[in-house]
Amino acid sequence: MAFFIQLVFNGIALGCIYALIALGFTIIFKASEVINFAQGEFLLVGAYVASAGVFDWNLGFVPSILLAIAVTVIIGMLFERFALRRMIGRPVFSIIMITIGLDTILRTGVVIKWGSTIRAPASPFQFSSGFNVGGVHFGANEIWTIIVTIAICALLFVFFRFTRYGLAMRATAIDQEAALAIGVNVRTVYALAWGIAGAIATIGGIFLAIQAAAFDSTLGQTALLAFPAIILGGLDSVVGAVVGGILIGLTQDLTAGYEGHFTNIVGAGFHDIAPYILMIIILFIRPYGLFGTRKVERV
Amino acid sequence: MSAAETAVETPAIEEPPGLLRLAIVRGLVVLGIIAVGIFFLIASDEWLNIANYTMLAAIAALSLNVLSGYTGQVSLGIAFFMAIGAYTAVWLGGDPTTTFFINAQKVPALGLGLSWLIWLPGAGIVAAIAGAIIGPTALRLKGFYLGIVSLALIFIGQQIFVNASRLTGGPGGRSFPSVTFGSFDFSQQNTILGVAVTSNQQYFLLILVILVIAAVFVHNVMRSRAGRAFQAVRDNETGAAILGVNLFEAKMGAFILSAFLAGIAGALFAAFNSYVRPDYWGLLLSIQYVAAIIVGGIASVWGSILGAAFVFALPQIIELLTPQSQSSTSTGVIFGIASGDLNAAIYGLLIIVFLLFEPAGMIGLIRRGQLLVRRLSNRPRKGGEPAKASPNSVHDSEFEVESSTLSTGDGA
Repeated sequence: MAFFIQLVFNGIALGCIYALIALGFTIIFKASEVINFAQGEFLLVGAYVASAGVFDWNLGFVPSILLAIAVTVIIGMLFERFALRRMIGRPVFSIIMITIGLDTILRTGVVIKWGSTIRAPASPFQFSSGFNVGGVHFGANEIWTIIVTIAICALLFVFFRFTRYGLAMRATAIDQEAALAIGVNVRTVYALAWGIAGAIATIGGIFLAIQAAAFDSTLGQTALLAFPAIILGGLDSVVGAVVGGILIGLTQDLTAGYEGHFTNIVGAGFHDIAPYILMIIILFIRPYGLFGTRKVERV
Repeated sequence: MSAAETAVETPAIEEPPGLLRLAIVRGLVVLGIIAVGIFFLIASDEWLNIANYTMLAAIAALSLNVLSGYTGQVSLGIAFFMAIGAYTAVWLGGDPTTTFFINAQKVPALGLGLSWLIWLPGAGIVAAIAGAIIGPTALRLKGFYLGIVSLALIFIGQQIFVNASRLTGGPGGRSFPSVTFGSFDFSQQNTILGVAVTSNQQYFLLILVILVIAAVFVHNVMRSRAGRAFQAVRDNETGAAILGVNLFEAKMGAFILSAFLAGIAGALFAAFNSYVRPDYWGLLLSIQYVAAIIVGGIASVWGSILGAAFVFALPQIIELLTPQSQSSTSTGVIFGIASGDLNAAIYGLLIIVFLLFEPAGMIGLIRRGQLLVRRLSNRPRKGGEPAKASPNSVHDSEFEVESSTLSTGDGA
């Protein structure tokens, strides 16, 4: 039982990171109908800048994090302003590919700047710290991941629900033309979406690096596991992103914990593809995800 | 219908652009054949090697262009279908006496040892069947959903390939059968009519022939009723359905044709490469093909070939021409940056640049150049008819029209 609770706890913490990544995808998608395949490399850049800030430039933890957030926010906004804005109305294919182009540039940039050796992540606490209850280890990293994710979700809720710009973003997501007509500055909305996604990605990246205890330039690949999360939750649902992320995290950790009993059937490393299988099953039942809007199309 | 009416209508239908009708293309083809001949005779083994990989990539790029370029279905799953082709080939043609050592256990390899005349078409057919099985599920989805779900294909495929060790050799990979005619083995140096021909030269001819067949085939299909249906589906699904195109049939047709070509390309690649590990058929491979058709030209046969050359040959050529450092690293260094990293950065940047400034890809650049030449040569004729636009200018402007009519928040 302790083993199960341990897996669930770790799975939720891991799921929170997926939720953060998925939130980045969803916020951008809601605002501008773009799936940002470079989201994973935003995590990577964020984690690297934070780590470099702490260990190379001796800035201290909080300034490093702020610097990392600033970097990803600026990259996101610049990319939106100078590349994606020219791509409006282009085929989905081209839009996916231009973000893959950014992905390649960011990853290669990190490799050129910092090399591909393993780095220590920026972290305010000891990696093994935490406490035990009944044989279950509640790690400080995991607890902080969960707390910060909840805080970010609360902040986003307040932002979308009670602020002027949050309202503008929701209006744009529902009907862009109508939003334009009543005077919403859609460009600001796009920039904001990319900025928020960049900031969340950095936070996700830092926690992801902390959970792994050491990281290298392949960190961004984890974002590929957030794709099942957004499909599960529904591409255009913020709540769905969080629920989907946690479901994926749980699926992965529980499968990793118990797959040893049936390796003969599914093979080693099954937990890495379990999220995708879950995604396909969900798609059979609900093609637009658990919380997604069903698009009405008639021919 | 009266004869007068038909007489009025007939000239309005313009002859579709033929593969060899474009003057510039015709010129390029003649030049190309000569260049290929000279290249075949004088190229060193390294250059032939690059050319072979590029032509193999061009076949796969054609396959992706059928599905994504002509039919508009976003897919990152091409690597999976290539793998299906390759593993079918090794199952049909592989040497059954091979054994692998996996987890310190001797595992006999799957292989029937059949001729390449069976395994090569077999690879295409099995991949097409896989496409036909997966198609109905995948094609319920659209746009981004389809793109992301096709990722699942890649990851699940990887898991299967790594674990199906009797077929794939497990994580370590296995060797693939070479193309043989009886005792004539393409992987060995042979003598044809008293002339020594290297393995790369033999493969060069074989792959070239298959590439030409694939290119002509795709080009002709796209001018047929089925091909027009594909393109109608891409341009406007609802409109195509109203005009009587069976959406399911058209998409499935494209899916199956694409899978067939990918299977052939995968099998040939594995045979030429002679050894493949399962992780080769990963997401990166798919992304490279998407990049190839975007850089080369979406919905264009020549674009697929040019794009494949750009994405697959250029990095190799840069690598080949970079002065090799004598240190432990095997890759060259340019401006203090490893040539591999520099290649990756240039590749990412070029994708963005092409998408932003030339959505029709390299083929768009060529067409634009051709139009410019035509416009310049027509200028002196004052008062005459305005220069007739090339039939391909419709293709050329298609993306521009789309972007200008739909851009609501564009600040430019």
